Amino acid sequence: MVQCLTPPLDLSFAALADATRRGIVERLGRGDASITSLADQFQMTLTGMKKHVQVLERAGLVVTRKIGRVRKCALGKCDLSAEAEWIESCRKLFEARFDALDAIIDEMKQERRDE
Amino acid sequence: MNEQNRTTVERKGTRELLVTRLFDAPPSMVYQAWSQPELFQRWWMPRSASGISLLSCDMDVRTGGKYRLEFGTGGSDSMAFYGKYLEVVPNERIVWTNDEGEEGAITTVTFEDQGGKTLLRFHEIYPSAAALEEALQGSAATLPEQLAQLDQLLAGIGD
Repeated sequence: MVQCLTPPLDLSFAALADATRRGIVERLGRGDASITSLADQFQMTLTGMKKHVQVLERAGLVVTRKIGRVRKCALGKCDLSAEAEWIESCRKLFEARFDALDAIIDEMKQERRDE
Repeated sequence: MNEQNRTTVERKGTRELLVTRLFDAPPSMVYQAWSQPELFQRWWMPRSASGISLLSCDMDVRTGGKYRLEFGTGGSDSMAFYGKYLEVVPNERIVWTNDEGEEGAITTVTFEDQGGKTLLRFHEIYPSAAALEEALQGSAATLPEQLAQLDQLLAGIGD
């Protein structure tokens, strides 16, 4: 029985700082998979994939269980909503800023044309 | 909106945050809009987006220079953000401290020429993972209300 101890955001952010691990989480969002098939899909060694899965497991993002000789991976119970929400709100603020900056740049271009 | 101009925000490791955006103008122009206070204050905190307005903006953008931004939330409350510029290379990069808190980030913004366009990178590095965590929680707490207004703004801007 795997319990979700809601590890601090830190761990999950660190786990997700890697593009491959983000890909694994995305892949598991579409269905469970064995470590072997993940290694195949991401074109890496079994050992390499095991390490990535361990990092995700420590962060509570992924759970694994052994069925016979196969280790199955699934998304953990700790969802990413807090992280995703924060990143998205930060992105929206910057997007609003940069859209406003675009407008100013357009004005500057216009002024240069008029000179 | 042009997909190319999309703003991306990424957390790098436990202490860093990276925001990127491409602008359809040369670095000299984007740098000018960033380093001249009268231009900077017109976009840094879009009022309709945040419900917060910039009351004053003092920026001495040169290595060793200081800045101080004061924001108002509509009532009598105001907050100040201040620090100093550690490195300024015109049209290329600006590095500054954020001294209003005890564990403030070091922010670096770079302007990279990409065939007449500018790839802007806004990078923050915090002294500790805990400091970033705190900054995130602080901003997360004040953001929901701002976001509602932001959504309106974005809807208003349209396509």
